[in-house]
Amino acid sequence: MLEGIMQGLEAALSIQNLIMVVAGCLIGTFIGMLPGLGPMSIIAIMIPVAIKVGDPSAALILLAGVYYGAIFGGSTSSILINAPGIAGTVATAFDGYPMARRGQAGKALTIAAIASFAGGTIGAILLMGFAPVLASVALLFHSAEYFALMIVGLSAIAAFTGSGNVAKAIMMTVLGLILATVGESAQFNAPRFTMGISDLQSGISFITLAMAIFALPEALYLVLDPERSNTTGVGNEIRDLRITKSEAKQIAPVIGRQSIQGFLIGVMPGAGATIASFLGYAVERNIAKGEERANFGKGSVKGLAAPETANNAACTGSFVPLLTLGIPGSGTTAILLGALIALNVTPGPRLMIDHPAIFWAVIISMYVGNVVLLILNLPLIPYIAKLLLVPRNYLIPFILFFTMMGSYIGQNNSTELLLLTGMGLCATIMRFARFPLAPMLIGFILGQMLEDNFSRAMNLADGVSFMWQRPMTAVLLILAIMLIFLPSIREMFAKLR
Amino acid sequence: MTLDRAIAGIFLVLCLVYGYTAFVTMENGLLPFERNMVFLPNTMPKWLSVLGVIIGTIVLIQTGPNAQIQINDGEINYRNIRNYKLTQAILLIVLMISYALLLRPIGFIGATTMFLTVGGIVLGERRFKFLLPVAILTTFIIWYLVQELLDIFLKPWPSFF
Repeated sequence: MLEGIMQGLEAALSIQNLIMVVAGCLIGTFIGMLPGLGPMSIIAIMIPVAIKVGDPSAALILLAGVYYGAIFGGSTSSILINAPGIAGTVATAFDGYPMARRGQAGKALTIAAIASFAGGTIGAILLMGFAPVLASVALLFHSAEYFALMIVGLSAIAAFTGSGNVAKAIMMTVLGLILATVGESAQFNAPRFTMGISDLQSGISFITLAMAIFALPEALYLVLDPERSNTTGVGNEIRDLRITKSEAKQIAPVIGRQSIQGFLIGVMPGAGATIASFLGYAVERNIAKGEERANFGKGSVKGLAAPETANNAACTGSFVPLLTLGIPGSGTTAILLGALIALNVTPGPRLMIDHPAIFWAVIISMYVGNVVLLILNLPLIPYIAKLLLVPRNYLIPFILFFTMMGSYIGQNNSTELLLLTGMGLCATIMRFARFPLAPMLIGFILGQMLEDNFSRAMNLADGVSFMWQRPMTAVLLILAIMLIFLPSIREMFAKLR
Repeated sequence: MTLDRAIAGIFLVLCLVYGYTAFVTMENGLLPFERNMVFLPNTMPKWLSVLGVIIGTIVLIQTGPNAQIQINDGEINYRNIRNYKLTQAILLIVLMISYALLLRPIGFIGATTMFLTVGGIVLGERRFKFLLPVAILTTFIIWYLVQELLDIFLKPWPSFF
């Protein structure tokens, strides 16, 4: 192993590979900022470039750099314009955007950069130490456990609701799940609920729904209430980038906890950065007390650090099943798997033995990538945050335009734009009535995975008996129920006191 | 009727229609051999429709006819929607629909320049010597980045070119 690490170190620190990681991080950050272009699209676009590079270590290092950069870039658009380009940074917007509205965009971006760096670095250390062990644990999870894990992810909605709002949040989750059933599913070729519209055959695009739920209502709110731009920080000066000692003290334990939790979730195939960020947010909100808890969703530094740490740690964790088992844990790692095969490298248990230099070079380049991201992004923050100084008359049409472009680029279809406008209008009306919108997106994202695992689990158990016959599934389902009812039980106890 | 109650009502109707499709329409469309399968295309929709009807009813009861929606600072009070810039918002939505319909026939350059310029005008911008160059320049930069560097096809000009 030590010999392999040395070989990897040598490869990762070569000039060529250092250039690759810097280029990858830069490209990923800037393209990741554009709503609609998530890591999957960027990596897919970069595959021909990686193949041209030829050397598998260099190519994989370039793609891994792009992956990290894109995640950070996605966080930037979440914080500044409430337009999460990828599912993994949706939770970042919950507290990042309110901070930007308060004129703390610089600080929010600094916290995001530090949390991402810490999450990624701790994740890389864990990956180095536990990759072979964790791969065998991940194999213990079968479709029944994944199904239960998805239900836990959905029950995290409890974290997004205030008192008395749980039913509304569950309603929005169910709506998201219903929307996820539109179009052809993975197992069945027959189109469902398309109402005869052929453009809906491939389902509703995640990007279109994310834009409709977050970016469009926010832009319409800015139009409806011009005073909002003055009070919300659009036009305010970018204040201090530094974080205070007390804020550092607050986020340090969050980073520690979420690095480990995010990494472990990332290891499980199918979970990935999205579930990690939502669960990270939910856990931190649930363990927070009093005023700290009330501050979640209103610009809490803990609420920002939790998903940012968790999603980066999960990105690193998702390399475990890819490199050690050859199983892609997420869509992004599936594309990376395709790239590796195109480069004549077959990931799996023999990768560590047959190509130790590639295996360890990728892991060590993760440290390098995280350092590069921090060095590149921290000095760029004041310039990135100046985006908020653009006058309202220009900013709003640009937000609307980028929202539409994000939706259009993914599908190259004008129907998506009409769908975006319609769903955005509905989302704005639901926001008027204080319906929490984030659970709808969570339901939509997890819907497809939930159905796939539900189907496999039911087929294997010949019914729904797996829910109580498999101990781990039963425990996870009980946890999910507890998460849903926790706010109501807390409220009841508070009333009794 | 409060807005949240109306939304819950619409959701309930949606779930009933969704449930009817799952329980009746899709069930009738199943092939004979499919009827013995454990998991079918309508299995998940059936569960969701039942859950949806239950939760929709709970929200409908909870909101009640006299329930008040608490309006926090910085939020919009929909009851006084006329006091806000409603015309601007409606015009921008119309502009978005026009963009969607015109993007293919007149091409990316024309449609985007029009969208950014008219969008600025709707919001009150009258300095055309700034607005027009910014719109045109941005359009070309975005088109170049997407089409040439990212290799995603965006038809720049109208169909007859």
